[in-house]
Amino acid sequence: MLKHRRKLVAGAILLAGFHVAVLLAGFFAPYGYATQNREMPYMPPSGLHLVDAQGKVHLRPFVYGWRDDGSGALKLDSTQSYPVHFFVQGWPYNVGGLVHSRMHLFGVAEPGRVCLLGTDGFGRDQFSRFLYGGQVSLLAGLIAAALSVSLGVLVGALAGFYGGWIDETLMRCGELFLALPWLYLLFAVRAAMPLQITQWQVFLLLVSVLGLIGWARPARLVRGIVLSAKERNFVVAARGFGASNGYLIRRHVMPQASGVALTQVTLLIPQYVLAEVTLTFLGLGVSEPMPSWGSLLSALQQYYVLSSYWWMFLPAALLIPLFLAYYLAADALQEHWKPVSL
Amino acid sequence: MHAAVLLAAISLLSFALVQLAPGDFFDQMRMNPRVSASTVEGLRAEYGLDRSFAVRYALWLRSAIHGEFGISLAYNTPVGSLLFPRARNTLLLTATSTLLAWLLAIPIGVWSATNRRHLSRRSSELVASTLLTVPELLLFLCILLFAARSGWFPSGGMYSVGSEDSAAFQRLKDLAWHLFLPSLGLALACLPALIRHVRSAMIEVLDSPFIRAARSHGVPRPRLLFRFALPVAANSLISLAGFSVATMLSSSLLVEVILSWPGLGPLLVEATLNKDVYVVIGTVMFSAVFLIVGNLVADVLLFAVDPRIRVE
Repeated sequence: MLKHRRKLVAGAILLAGFHVAVLLAGFFAPYGYATQNREMPYMPPSGLHLVDAQGKVHLRPFVYGWRDDGSGALKLDSTQSYPVHFFVQGWPYNVGGLVHSRMHLFGVAEPGRVCLLGTDGFGRDQFSRFLYGGQVSLLAGLIAAALSVSLGVLVGALAGFYGGWIDETLMRCGELFLALPWLYLLFAVRAAMPLQITQWQVFLLLVSVLGLIGWARPARLVRGIVLSAKERNFVVAARGFGASNGYLIRRHVMPQASGVALTQVTLLIPQYVLAEVTLTFLGLGVSEPMPSWGSLLSALQQYYVLSSYWWMFLPAALLIPLFLAYYLAADALQEHWKPVSL
Repeated sequence: MHAAVLLAAISLLSFALVQLAPGDFFDQMRMNPRVSASTVEGLRAEYGLDRSFAVRYALWLRSAIHGEFGISLAYNTPVGSLLFPRARNTLLLTATSTLLAWLLAIPIGVWSATNRRHLSRRSSELVASTLLTVPELLLFLCILLFAARSGWFPSGGMYSVGSEDSAAFQRLKDLAWHLFLPSLGLALACLPALIRHVRSAMIEVLDSPFIRAARSHGVPRPRLLFRFALPVAANSLISLAGFSVATMLSSSLLVEVILSWPGLGPLLVEATLNKDVYVVIGTVMFSAVFLIVGNLVADVLLFAVDPRIRVE
């Protein structure tokens, strides 16, 4: 009991941190996602220092500047240092199209740059792009998971509750979707979509495709629960009192399936985020300049980026704690709902 | 029988999806001012793109029975001749890595199931669950980086350039050398999940009374684990293996694209970008066939391993 609660709390805190950072990307990111700095392509991550070259300790962290010494690679220039300031004014941004602001959590004075994850080939700050990219990728994952689980719950409830030919037809359909490897199916559906469309259309298509192909598994699980739930004594009693089918499903059967539905959502979100990343990586998702986690990684398809700029891997590495948090939460939820689903 | 119906339904589904899409292969040509509209229409008619849905499906079915699966618009050859060699390569890759993954997963899973009261258990659990969350993409890219940096392994392809006329044994060695990294990557990608399943299946068996009885009879430990417990656990693992073919194929698509293994994956990506409809449908069909065959093999294995099923 205690153990899985601890797990849930740990997962929830991590998740909350991630989602708030991504939601308020404008505030946490020191630069805009399309802000270029062509003089500084592929700048390595700027380390935050507290001790300077003379061995003096500073209370305020600072970053060093970089200079091009003509060899093509950027060299750390310890003669220029830029202290990091908090709550600074910078590039304008808005949150959800509602709040407009110029306030950033941290930043350094020009011409210094603080790029915690380095910069890409256009000198764009990878950290800022990671946060903004999360808005696309995470939102896609969240919506797609919610879509496919609600579809699955609906189908599962109908199939399990009514049985007969409805059950037979719906479950055969589900088998069809389970019989195809999901990535191949995704490609088939993506092939059906027009290639030259606007960013928002791409995003919506992506989300609906992801959401539509994943309904079969949750539908199966929910159907199993509904099958056992409708035979329970209190459900039979309610039916005896004259409750309608709709009422029975809504009030008595579905609450028993809610745990499974929630667990499925938590499990599916990382999978869908990964699916978005994969599709965009292969050039079939959202495209530049709008960042997503997939397009951050697609730079790695170029051989010289892959072999010489290790920090371009960092966005992918940052996905590990996020997914870990989701799996922790899913694990804990599964344990939590176990006695109910028996 | 069931499989045939399923395949027909899948073909209809993918056909409908791809055919109902707005736009087609000749969109690019239509944009080109030097190609007249009547040329495009002529080409469309030649490839039958102007017929009704039902006619096209019937035509496609007929060519599928002949093993052609329609005409590739980009390559201008029957899709079947494109797909068969590539499907063989994908099969080679997935079969090798399935074997590799299970060979690694079974000892590790058994080991972690027997050592569950050990201090190392928590740490191994943590490592396993962390590995489970490593995105496949990252893993494959790291492997590519390793191949590129170390130079010990080729970073793509299936044979070295100019190896066509070397001896058969040399060629086989070359193939194994190229196969190693993609199959290792694919095996590593599905390893954490497999270990988890092996572990939980073994734990369930090891808790049962007949194991305790065998142990009290003084059956030596290796024999107890691999002769007594594993065959019982194998039952659920085999059906799992059938299911895991789907995940394997999806991961294989990615590994093929990243490590440029000439399988179905790169073809599918290219065909999707080109709107080469019949190639897309054909690839999806092949993946479904793999999956169904995988499940069939699992059923047969189950039949061979589990005497209860044989009796029925």
